[in-house]
Amino acid sequence: MGIGQAMPEIDLTRSYLIAKKSFPEFLEALQRLGYQTIGPTIRDSAIVFAPLERVEQLPIGWWDDQRGGSYRLEKAPTEAWFEFVVGPHSLKNYTFPPRQTVLRGERQADGRWQFEQPLPATPPLAILGVRACDLAALAIQDRVFLGSEYRDESYALRRQQLFLIAVNCQRSAPTCFCHSMNCGPEVTTGFDLALTELDNQFVVQIGSSRGAEVLATIEPQPASSELEERARQRVVHLANRMANHATLYQLSDQPGEATAARQTQRHLNTEGIRDLLYDNLHHSRWDEVAQRCLSCGNCTMVCPTCFCSTVEDIPSLDESEVARERTWASCFTSDHSFISSGAVRQSTRSRYRQWLTHKLGGWIDQFGTSGCVGCGRCITWCPVGIDLTEEVAALRDPASKREG
Amino acid sequence: MSPTDCPAATTSTNLWMPLEMLIVDTISEIRDVFTLVLSTPTDFAFRPGQFNMLYVPGFGESAISISSDADRPQQICHTIRAVGNVTRELQKFGSGERLLLRGPFGTAWPVDFDGGQDIVIACGGLGLAPLRPMVYHLMNRREQFGTVRLLYGARTPADLLYREEYPTWEQAGIEVRVTVDQADPNWRGPIGFVTQLMRQFPWRPQHTAVLACGPEVMMRYVALEALGQQVDRHKIFLSMERNMNCAAGLCGHCQFGPSFVCKDGPVYTYGQLEPFLHIEDL
Repeated sequence: MGIGQAMPEIDLTRSYLIAKKSFPEFLEALQRLGYQTIGPTIRDSAIVFAPLERVEQLPIGWWDDQRGGSYRLEKAPTEAWFEFVVGPHSLKNYTFPPRQTVLRGERQADGRWQFEQPLPATPPLAILGVRACDLAALAIQDRVFLGSEYRDESYALRRQQLFLIAVNCQRSAPTCFCHSMNCGPEVTTGFDLALTELDNQFVVQIGSSRGAEVLATIEPQPASSELEERARQRVVHLANRMANHATLYQLSDQPGEATAARQTQRHLNTEGIRDLLYDNLHHSRWDEVAQRCLSCGNCTMVCPTCFCSTVEDIPSLDESEVARERTWASCFTSDHSFISSGAVRQSTRSRYRQWLTHKLGGWIDQFGTSGCVGCGRCITWCPVGIDLTEEVAALRDPASKREG
Repeated sequence: MSPTDCPAATTSTNLWMPLEMLIVDTISEIRDVFTLVLSTPTDFAFRPGQFNMLYVPGFGESAISISSDADRPQQICHTIRAVGNVTRELQKFGSGERLLLRGPFGTAWPVDFDGGQDIVIACGGLGLAPLRPMVYHLMNRREQFGTVRLLYGARTPADLLYREEYPTWEQAGIEVRVTVDQADPNWRGPIGFVTQLMRQFPWRPQHTAVLACGPEVMMRYVALEALGQQVDRHKIFLSMERNMNCAAGLCGHCQFGPSFVCKDGPVYTYGQLEPFLHIEDL
């Protein structure tokens, strides 16, 4: 767009179209505006967020078969761009990185230490392919890191730099239960732009003025009301199917398609869940789940809201410099609860109980929201397929109750 | 929260930036226990029961309660048991050296009592250290309180902390009763638990507050004994210990039930703790 040319008018209340064949221009526009573009790509047989230079890096035509303890990528029977759901990465990899330096110190000639609190210098990120559950998780982490007395400034800085291009899911994995947590599947808030995929194009909703500015640079055509309605129907169709969780889950809706996985859609009854957990801290179910749980901490690593961390000193060999590094921590380790008299939570039983009661109960007291968005990552990435929806159902079932 | 209404980042919060304080004295207390006396910056203030994160570069931090008089914040004391990597390093520090720390953090002992309250301080072992600021607080305004009793239990007479101060406290009108688990030939006092000392005086339960710090099992029994004496559960205060890493409720290590001990504690009422205090490994 040349100097002096007026920016095309963008109506924030309308939807627009981006043709798939024009998507490279959209990515280029973001890059020209200074954004590093991030998106879903295939690495080590999983779909993860990574720098996305070109459209060809997207997992076009792939989808994921997710079950308790299992994740497999397969060729989808369509050439759809976003037919897969969430992988092991979430936005927390960008807002709350697995390792970062929170303080750096240097010993001066007189033996005294001088410190600086380094703030991250990262380019603005445009992240493509964010789902409704990811946005819900981000809103929860905002409360954790920015909502209390102490604000995490590095989180705030990274958070501000995100430009979020969400995608409405049109398919769920059997491990998904965002509908139970009121976190999806429809993208409703917290995005800059939201895409709904149709055959050859995307219907684009605008979520922020920044989103409108970015969209204006590619001079998009408004979507006809007929296309808007078609996009709408795609989203509603999945929402209805998930809500009707008694139906069998199928990999594809296409008639005659092989249905590789026939499983019931996960569902979590959240009614009175905080009290349910706190009233059942002695339940025998904790002993049963401890027989299966490996205490590996995978669930806490893939969870998009888990925020535990440990700051440790990394000194230079001559001890003249020190970095205080914050890394992700997990409540499944014995270090996590270590005090002078030893680890408070010695058993796997107590650690799983801590994780689940915190995630679904304690979070409500601490941050006014559940810590779960129903993304199902902890179910898929648990090596033994422990399923929190099943554990909560067992705690609810009077027949399973035996005081432990 | 949408990206656009995300609050602007500022650099005003320096959570990890340590303060530097001069060590003006070191005191050897009981076996493996020592006190560092620090000269504080002019704007430093704390409330009885709060703690600091003491930092040794290259080793890390340790959460240590402040054990001195909050009415005299110009100098503060930290009484420390050399038991881990950081605390053993701290033991090597001497007068004239500089110590790094962050703080103060956490909730405080209650100080806004109605007039004439009886106060029972029940503590065990090093649990006296976070309560010593409360002893000084009461001494500094002794006329505002009814009977003030300090009930203290230690393993042996050699493990009694701040022993040389007890006569001063008694002269200031604080009844000090001490018990040990195991006596030595010179011991003339009682042998047994702190809870036994709680049965040896008349209670005015409507007008009494109980402040306890020590091993968790000891605090549980102190609380049950106080409840047995009809003290209100919201006037029984306990100081909890959990793993502190950030001290700001961001790292998750110190969780106890739905709370963060670093910011919602360490001082809680028994009423707050009751649903969780008697559950194993929480």
